[in-house]
Amino acid sequence: MDIIINGKTITVTTGLSILGVLDHLQIAPQHVAVEYDGKILAPDDFGVTRVQDGGRLEIVQFVGGG
Amino acid sequence: MKILVNERKCDVPDLITSEEIRLRYKPDADLVVVNGYPEPDSCPLKEGDRVVLIRRGEIPAAEELEALMMARHTPGVHARLKGACVGIAGVGGLGSSLAVALARCGVGSLILADFDVVEPSNLNRQQYFIDQIGLPKVVALQNNLRRINPQVEISTFFGRLDSHNIPEVFAGVDILVEAFDSAEQKAILVSTFRRHFPERPLVAASGLAGYDSANSIVTRKVGERFYLVGDGVSAAQPGRGLMAPRTGIAAHHQANAVLRLILGLEPHED
Repeated sequence: MDIIINGKTITVTTGLSILGVLDHLQIAPQHVAVEYDGKILAPDDFGVTRVQDGGRLEIVQFVGGG
Repeated sequence: MKILVNERKCDVPDLITSEEIRLRYKPDADLVVVNGYPEPDSCPLKEGDRVVLIRRGEIPAAEELEALMMARHTPGVHARLKGACVGIAGVGGLGSSLAVALARCGVGSLILADFDVVEPSNLNRQQYFIDQIGLPKVVALQNNLRRINPQVEISTFFGRLDSHNIPEVFAGVDILVEAFDSAEQKAILVSTFRRHFPERPLVAASGLAGYDSANSIVTRKVGERFYLVGDGVSAAQPGRGLMAPRTGIAAHHQANAVLRLILGLEPHED
């Protein structure tokens, strides 16, 4: 199925969780803030929220330093 | 006509000049600032003008200090800044520098939160002094900000921020600035604050280590009322340290974003 991540369409396995999507993209889940279809997710929701076909994800990644 | 002299309303004759105002209100003043800009020569004034008369070297009384400090501001800005409350999560390199900028601007109140104490390794980029080593950063920064602008109301939280206490500590802020060092802490703060207060702006930072070009640090909008400063990629890591210039540039991007948000402007637009 296709999902839209930060405006770009990518194809992923059906039924993936947010955690699965992050793993697919090789992004560390503890370093991101995620919005799914306009809803801001708590990190605890990453494992239980399943992305649907056509779902929109906004992923903001953080790197250390301040 | 009515004008402001050192922020006090004064009724003066039409066509009066800045030099006549100086002679009338403070003849020993040697600096005359008209509408935010020093005027070495006498100039005619008009209704609503703002004149600040300063005698160099004189420490003014508390009630006059505020007006004199803001003499170089763009007129009209100060009153709006004074009404704002800004939270700063983390007062290391980013947080201490942007706090200094916001205090100098005259932002009315600041909430400072950090769990750390001042260490020698902080002094390469953070706004602390050698004699403050060992002090909680929030205490040291509060002291430093008071020496800069005693008008700013400052409250502090000395402890670790987590998903439980973030909504409580920052309940009163109009705008929050994320200024942590750790990527994980940044992510927790952003997720927690945006879920609890989606209507309030948040200004975060990511990617400011090293000494790559200053021009790669930008302010972007990455969500509803969510702004991100930095180059997005330059992590602090072995071989790439944190330096005062780029840390300060990112901190001042954040401070300027806050200033623009208070003034009703989008931070990332021209």
